[in-house]
Amino acid sequence: MTIRIANAAGFLGDSLDAPRRLLDASSVDVLTLEYLAELTVSILAHQRRKQPSLGYARDFLTVLDSIRDHLARPDRPRIVTNAGGVHPRACVEAAARRLVDQGVPELRIAGIWGDELTDRLDALRAAGCPLAHLDTGRPLAELDRPVTSAHAYLGARPIADALEGRADLVITGRVADASLTVGPAVHHFGWAWDDYDRLAAASVAGHLIECGAQVTGGYSVRWDDVELEAVGYPIAEVDARGDAIITKPEGSGGRVDRLSVIEQLVYEIGDPRAYRTPDVTVDFTSVDVRESDADRVAVRGARGTPPPADYKVSLAYHDGFTSSVQLVVAGRHCVEKARRTAELIIGRLARAGVTLDRVHIECLGAGESVPGLRPCVHGLQRLEDRQDRSPSEVVLRVSARDRRRDAIERFTKEAAPLITSGPAGLAGYAVGRSASRPVFAYWPTTVPRDLVEAHIEIRTARQWLESAADLPPTSERNDA
Amino acid sequence: MTEPSASTTIRLGELAVTRSGDKGNHVNLGVIARRPESYAFLVRELTADRILAHFASSGTDRVERFELPNVQALNFMLYNALDGGAGRSLRSDTQGKLFGTAAQELRLPRGTDPPGAASG
Repeated sequence: MTIRIANAAGFLGDSLDAPRRLLDASSVDVLTLEYLAELTVSILAHQRRKQPSLGYARDFLTVLDSIRDHLARPDRPRIVTNAGGVHPRACVEAAARRLVDQGVPELRIAGIWGDELTDRLDALRAAGCPLAHLDTGRPLAELDRPVTSAHAYLGARPIADALEGRADLVITGRVADASLTVGPAVHHFGWAWDDYDRLAAASVAGHLIECGAQVTGGYSVRWDDVELEAVGYPIAEVDARGDAIITKPEGSGGRVDRLSVIEQLVYEIGDPRAYRTPDVTVDFTSVDVRESDADRVAVRGARGTPPPADYKVSLAYHDGFTSSVQLVVAGRHCVEKARRTAELIIGRLARAGVTLDRVHIECLGAGESVPGLRPCVHGLQRLEDRQDRSPSEVVLRVSARDRRRDAIERFTKEAAPLITSGPAGLAGYAVGRSASRPVFAYWPTTVPRDLVEAHIEIRTARQWLESAADLPPTSERNDA
Repeated sequence: MTEPSASTTIRLGELAVTRSGDKGNHVNLGVIARRPESYAFLVRELTADRILAHFASSGTDRVERFELPNVQALNFMLYNALDGGAGRSLRSDTQGKLFGTAAQELRLPRGTDPPGAASG
């Protein structure tokens, strides 16, 4: 007896075709859609400030339309997603509208909220919670920039409860990514919340599928050996022990093998002996990974211990503005020419009285996108058999950050004049002037569990619309 | 200073696949032996110091290494490698995605112990 849990979105912006393709090709019990990177939450909060009815993953609505026929089936998969972003109620109501319009008004939608702490920070501090930075230990009171969003990572429990309440769709705000998988598994098998080995095993499965195609051959250094055009998104067949087979739809592209699974196992983790979620602390060094068949990998034996006493909190603050300009720089000595061009931009700004807080120069094409691209031994000595060959063109990218928006906008105006007043061999002005945008910096912290309470509301799509009609628009309501 | 030649060193990419990502202002770098028999060589030669030296100009101030012998993998945390993290970094690679690709170019002394490199 297994439960088949698939994931067809690994971030906001992932393929809009993937969910429908997956359901066309495979029978699954649960389809998860994961949209919320740390930065995505900041951006959604920014969108909501500009337009109060927004703040959720609108891609999810497009996906709902695309899988309408699957949702109308009697054996339809349940959908579990964090598409709610920083405004899950608005997402639920927009999804309800789509389902009614699509002729499936009796589907039941659960909304889960309570993760948002943005308006509660003063009260939390008054209650003795310092919201100290996890790396530096500095209390939040020392931050002299405005906080733009703060959300606790909820766990699997409200998701399991929503499924117990016969929800067809579960829409959450910030929850731990792996909990999107753990919740359905707990509901299906009826595990206890202190059955840590099973929770750990299901968390490993959730961690493996949460980034979509990254476990089925995507973003692999073996790119020249994997067919990726029709890449299949992952399916975890979770058994009663929590152990799982990781696989993908039959006939799809990509590959699931030992390396593709382990690449994702170690993705964005710290200490592998203590991978912390709100549900369980997982020991990744206890996991056995074994190929069982073509494109099927068995992941077994995870051990778990109790989760941390506090919820992790993702908090963002406004930290000035940023922009970048890019120019194509061609010809002999183009790297030196690009550097000289960047100096012209900075020097002319200085003459205009503008000194920017931070400037970063990259000559893309010369190996400057990341350190360590050049062949090195111990990072110090260059190999004689791989001597540098000067490129014949590079892209100059100059980016800047400053507290003052007007300083950043002044910076973006320094690229165009170079067409007549810089060196010969520059091109690429046609894209127009770069836009400036706000910077959202990240302040990881924690909050005691008893100060956060998840709320679940379950209604049919039709009932959601009726209840929304009785209330002011979502833009004027507080979702606390 | 003697320049080591290709015959006395081996490129990490021949022995391991790599993947990196962001953890706040830090980068995590996973290194997985292409063949399980290469793991012992990686444990011996791919030290935190060598990773720190390879990525020295990133601003990384400390590297911590974790071993996962069950899956023949090493996980490295590169602290403060990201120039402010995904939101604040001014780099093209705001999320540290390219560190894994760059790690493929790291060269290790071959030594006397043939580590079972992938062919080609």
